[in-house]
Amino acid sequence: MGNKNFETRSLDAMCVNESMLKHKWYHNLKYLVVGILFGIVLIKAEVVSWFRIQEMFRLQSFHMYGIIGSAVITGIISIWVIKKFNIKTIYGEPITISPKTFNKGQIYGGLIFGLGWAMTGACPGPIFAQIGTGSTVILVTLLSAVAGTWVYGWLREKLPH
Amino acid sequence: MMTFIKQPWPWYVAGPLIGLTVPILLILGNKSFGISSSLRHICASCMPANIPFFQYDWKKEVWNLFFALGIFLGGAIAINLLSIPSVIQINPKLVQELAGYGITNYNNLVPEDIISWQSLFTMKGFILMIIGGFLVGFGTRYAGGCTSGHAIMGLSNLQRPSLIATIFFMIGGFIMANLILPFVLSL
Repeated sequence: MGNKNFETRSLDAMCVNESMLKHKWYHNLKYLVVGILFGIVLIKAEVVSWFRIQEMFRLQSFHMYGIIGSAVITGIISIWVIKKFNIKTIYGEPITISPKTFNKGQIYGGLIFGLGWAMTGACPGPIFAQIGTGSTVILVTLLSAVAGTWVYGWLREKLPH
Repeated sequence: MMTFIKQPWPWYVAGPLIGLTVPILLILGNKSFGISSSLRHICASCMPANIPFFQYDWKKEVWNLFFALGIFLGGAIAINLLSIPSVIQINPKLVQELAGYGITNYNNLVPEDIISWQSLFTMKGFILMIIGGFLVGFGTRYAGGCTSGHAIMGLSNLQRPSLIATIFFMIGGFIMANLILPFVLSL
């Protein structure tokens, strides 16, 4: 179980907790704060707008491309700086990022997600922000996304990877 | 300052702020930016059903659920405290096209003409919300991440698999928006 557990997590979880430290639950409040700030940016930049997503996929506006592009450039520079200067976490642990390995899931799953993205106008992050704005019906979309994740887990061994 | 905050933010302000989430999460506790995993943790905590994919110590990943809850709260704060009621400015060509499908309400971030409780039980609403949501959940997990995990975190770390995933996210989106959605919207 132990090793299998490790493999499922490292191969499939994007959010593997690399820290070996044990913390009380309230240490997670800092991620709540980062989430709040991130959610505010998503709304203020209209990233969670169905209309903006349609505009992007019809090549009618630079807005979304500008956001994704400048976010990636900022991320590349940040990670380069972290590696270059060996920056540690606030707890003094070295920062480690697990590499991603290629499998065909990135092609098939990517296509499937893209189809859903253009229908709902939401990726998993914006879904939560959309509900926060008061569009309570998006809860249904979220539950359906959870169901989709569950069905993937259930069918996983039978799918090409 | 407040006037600036209350307007919609331009891409060159929002993009770098979104990008900064990557180093902030790493420095706060070695966390890789990504949100779709929260859906997996929900499955693992509520309905693991003896499926190996959901048999892991989800409590170790609970930070991700706090992060998702924060995004929800951030949405509520932004819309209630940091916004002036305004109509989204989009390309007039799109406005014209959508009007042809009866979509004219721009008061919300989602089009209330088609995404609302009233339309949930119409064919169009069912396809957009239920099927669309399912594809988002199934696809992100199959691909091993979403726009945050692959397109932002993965590309920031120069990962080739993430580039492939991002390209196919876009291909899927182009196919849906241009070839399939016009048919769905005219149902």
